[in-house]
Amino acid sequence: MQTDTEPTAVQATGATGAAQLPQVTEARNPGMVLDMDWVRAVQANTSAIERRCKTLPGRRSVKKSHQAAWLLKAITCIDLTTLSGDDTAGRVRRLCAKAAHPVRPDILQTLGVEGITTGAVCVYHDMIEPAVEALDGTGIPVAAVSTGFPAGLSPFHLRLEEIRESVKAGAHEIDIVISRRHVLTGDWHALYDEMKAFRAACGEAHVKAILATGELGSLRNVARASLVCMMAGADFIKTSTGKESVNATLPVSLTMIRAIRDYHARTGYRVGYKPAGGISKAKDAITYLALMKDELGDRWLQPDLFRFGASSLLGDIERQLEHHVTGQYSASYRHPMG
Amino acid sequence: MTVKEIFETMDYGPAPESAGEAMAWLDGTGRAFGSFIDGKLGAVGETFEAKNPATGEVLAQLTQATPDDVDAAIMAARRAFGAWSKRPGHERAKYLYALARLVQKHARLFAVLETLDNGKPIRESRDIDIPLVARHFYYHAGMAQLMGSELPDREALGVCGQIIPWNFPLLMLAWKVAPAIAMGNTVVLKPAEYTSLTALLFAQVCQEAGLPKGVLNIVTGDGRVGEAICTHEDVDKIAFTGSTEVGRIIRRATAGSGKALTLELGGKSPYIVFDDADLDSAVEGLVDAIWFNQGQVCCAGSRLLVQEGVADRFHAKLRARMEGLRVGNPLDKVIDVGALVDPVQLQTVTSLVDSAAGEGEVFRAPCDLPENGCFYPPTLITGLSQSSTLMQEEIFGPVLVSTTFRTPAEAVAMANNTRYGLAASVWSENVNLALDVAPKLVAGVVWVNGTNMFDAAAGFGGVRESGFGREGGWEGLQAYTRPRAKPVALKSVAPVAAPKDAKVDALDRTAKFFVGGKQTRPDGGYSQPVWSPRGALLGHVGIANRKDIRNAVEAAHAAKGWSGTTAHLRAQILYYIAENLSARAGEFAHRINRMTGKRNGAREVEAAVSRLFSYGAWADKFDGAAKPVPLRGVALAMNEPVGVIGAFCPDDQPLLGLVSLVAPAIAMGNRVVAVASEPYPLAATDFYQVLETSDVPGGVVNILTGAHAELAGTLAGHLDVDAVWSHSGADISALIEDASAGNIKRTWVNNAKGRDWYGTAGEGREFLSQATEVKTVWVPYGE
Repeated sequence: MQTDTEPTAVQATGATGAAQLPQVTEARNPGMVLDMDWVRAVQANTSAIERRCKTLPGRRSVKKSHQAAWLLKAITCIDLTTLSGDDTAGRVRRLCAKAAHPVRPDILQTLGVEGITTGAVCVYHDMIEPAVEALDGTGIPVAAVSTGFPAGLSPFHLRLEEIRESVKAGAHEIDIVISRRHVLTGDWHALYDEMKAFRAACGEAHVKAILATGELGSLRNVARASLVCMMAGADFIKTSTGKESVNATLPVSLTMIRAIRDYHARTGYRVGYKPAGGISKAKDAITYLALMKDELGDRWLQPDLFRFGASSLLGDIERQLEHHVTGQYSASYRHPMG
Repeated sequence: MTVKEIFETMDYGPAPESAGEAMAWLDGTGRAFGSFIDGKLGAVGETFEAKNPATGEVLAQLTQATPDDVDAAIMAARRAFGAWSKRPGHERAKYLYALARLVQKHARLFAVLETLDNGKPIRESRDIDIPLVARHFYYHAGMAQLMGSELPDREALGVCGQIIPWNFPLLMLAWKVAPAIAMGNTVVLKPAEYTSLTALLFAQVCQEAGLPKGVLNIVTGDGRVGEAICTHEDVDKIAFTGSTEVGRIIRRATAGSGKALTLELGGKSPYIVFDDADLDSAVEGLVDAIWFNQGQVCCAGSRLLVQEGVADRFHAKLRARMEGLRVGNPLDKVIDVGALVDPVQLQTVTSLVDSAAGEGEVFRAPCDLPENGCFYPPTLITGLSQSSTLMQEEIFGPVLVSTTFRTPAEAVAMANNTRYGLAASVWSENVNLALDVAPKLVAGVVWVNGTNMFDAAAGFGGVRESGFGREGGWEGLQAYTRPRAKPVALKSVAPVAAPKDAKVDALDRTAKFFVGGKQTRPDGGYSQPVWSPRGALLGHVGIANRKDIRNAVEAAHAAKGWSGTTAHLRAQILYYIAENLSARAGEFAHRINRMTGKRNGAREVEAAVSRLFSYGAWADKFDGAAKPVPLRGVALAMNEPVGVIGAFCPDDQPLLGLVSLVAPAIAMGNRVVAVASEPYPLAATDFYQVLETSDVPGGVVNILTGAHAELAGTLAGHLDVDAVWSHSGADISALIEDASAGNIKRTWVNNAKGRDWYGTAGEGREFLSQATEVKTVWVPYGE
């Protein structure tokens, strides 16, 4: 169990699942009263944000050993995910095995690193039990999507009940979806109340607020929704369900992490960030890490404050790591599937 | 470091671009260069060193071109000019296209060589400089193609001397060379002595493109080489980018030579952040504004003006951002700020900042600087006031100075409280505010919610002491072409001498000056008689002196509301002037006939009425443009009035000449101080009565009489006059150009050439261009 309470001294390798939860190493964001002056003052200039994102990959790159280290870091931040209608216990067990051993041992050995696991495994409610069983002893937490994921349009009391059921079933992390209509109609009070209720239902489990940014219409809405969810006590804010037509993008990410930065500056609480959907290349993962490093600082490069919601990213990273080790370009069949 | 250690620290680590290819190219040249003259790299002469400012390493030996070299280069350009300018536009377009393609093919070599020679981060040379170079040649290949059909009335100037700075060595070459050769000119280019290597690589590219010899010549060396070009008799045009100080010297050196001149000089560009801006984006914008190219950018947003209510928060965000800036080896791809160009520049920046010690609060980015090389940390100085030296002087380094404002009006006032006028940035999410402020800023370029955006299609250039002329777009071609119309001989007319037998009219008529809408007496109290050739005393006119000029300029400034009136209103007033002049046509014709002793009066009045109609028509039709820049947004080219224009009127057509200068000026929203025809001043003094009855606000047109040669120095030297025109019969072109250097005002002088005021040369776009400044307002958008 991670017991060190020094926020900067996060144990990075061989960590238990709990070490990857913000409430263990960080004072958990308690939320605050809804500050509408702050919410209304938020601005997001789309064009300028896009320019920053467009030039970022050209400004920041990592090579050789640094690249390998960064890619390993990216793995520890992955919420290895399966959210399919045809998920079965067997399929989830395979995924969990991959989460516990994401990289071929000989590659890790050559790199001189051990104990690398993904940040979490992310599943639907009914798959929590098999996942918890499969991950027993690995320290890898189980995250469950909830609240009528992905649309979030089921009866409100059922959405709350779903959270409680998932926590009872052993999920450490609950990925809730917000009601997009509250954002689109500017009903920030309703969004705040909803998020607060979700957070309360989570109890000790930590809560990631999925904004479904692809459906919010503007970056300003993304910024305001981010802020309101943090005010209502979100531990993480997350871009997407992976089911929208547009999922995680760099501009959306920049907008959200700047909101996180402002929230930290004013309240002292660190909220985590999870881009999800559409990040499938190792190079993209490095760009995201660089964005976090430059905009929020090194503290946000650990799995307790940063996660990728991804399913195919790991495969590309594995191939890049083998390339780093051997100098030869790799093939996907050389790496065990999840 | 092991992977495991890096996994813990998550450092970036080095990501160096290889210098191998560029070094191999230098080795292949023997690392010693002569000048590029008549298609050949010449012999190496007396040399100086090209150094890498990041390391001090000597890269190559460059030749200090001799006066003979300059002469040979200019002669080669002259020899090439005839054939080159006569080639069909399509032929020239093919060469420019080839140059663009070759720049792209050698893009990485150019980028690495530029970074080695200049010290700028490889990311910038690779992602910004070199792509823009190619873009300029592509764009101007198109201009060469279209010249015949779209600019049928304009022709090449001849041999262009071009002197470029060290901050964007190849990009400035492209900005100068591409439009020049596209329009059929030939070029003698002098790169900066610190940074000549990419120009010499470009010379090789010209050979690969088969560019006819002599079309582009490159002479290397220090300021003496530039001086030799500027003072050479056989050069038709000088284009200079560099410091205001040197620009002023060039203005004086070329005064009266008949050389066309464009100057792109220094700046202290304001970066205005309103309280409703996206502050994080505005902070990031500053990284691109003042830490781009180590702040060695003439249009750098170097003067931060933040609305008071958000200033503390903004500065805190900015300091936090600065902590993430990485300074170091320019060839490292993960470097934000590279090396200053030379130890001399490092010393200049250091001493400027140190000399102001104690003023403001200095914050330096806490970055690791390399031990050697010309590195200076990104610096923010807050708490300064307008009167601080650092708020006024161009630092030309990675140093941002900051102060606060309360209201939009105060922001505009502070932004404009400078001798410079190159660029400005405005950050606000309120479209009303941003689009209201942009036109009020005295600058050639305004970026709304952005900074340092450039494109070949958009004009770039300054006002005030930031220079004159535009580079890029259709407006940039003005600088490399002239009207095709053949100039005619200047008609200089001496005043009619006093007759032996004076015939004096019974009633004394006193013509006065017209200043601020009032008839005023000469300050000096002196007048002179105006005689008809037949010996009749036609009246007296005042002899204006310095103070009359001062008063007239003050009156013109007081009438600044004119510039804000609608074009429709200005059109109505011009038509009204025409109407009132027409009503008194007979009287004016008679007066002209009596003064000149000829019978052209009626024709001249009719032409003047027509001319007023022309500019009434033009007032609301000299359109700006929306430029197709590669951006989701618009770049608006707005034709703005120049400001206060001093105009010396032609001798021979006393009414038509006056109207030909005043009408386009006021049509475009300028205010004018006109000095009437020296020999025939009474048409102008009669004309003010027409103005008085035509709803022209006081001060918009001011009319003085007197000796042009006496007044030219004062008017051209006046630091609050924005442009001076002379179509005088007096030989004052040199005087005006020389005196104009004080505030680098625009000049338009006849160089002892006349023009047919009745014909097409007497009106139209040439006059309107002189009466306007193109301001490019970049408005990126998107929600």
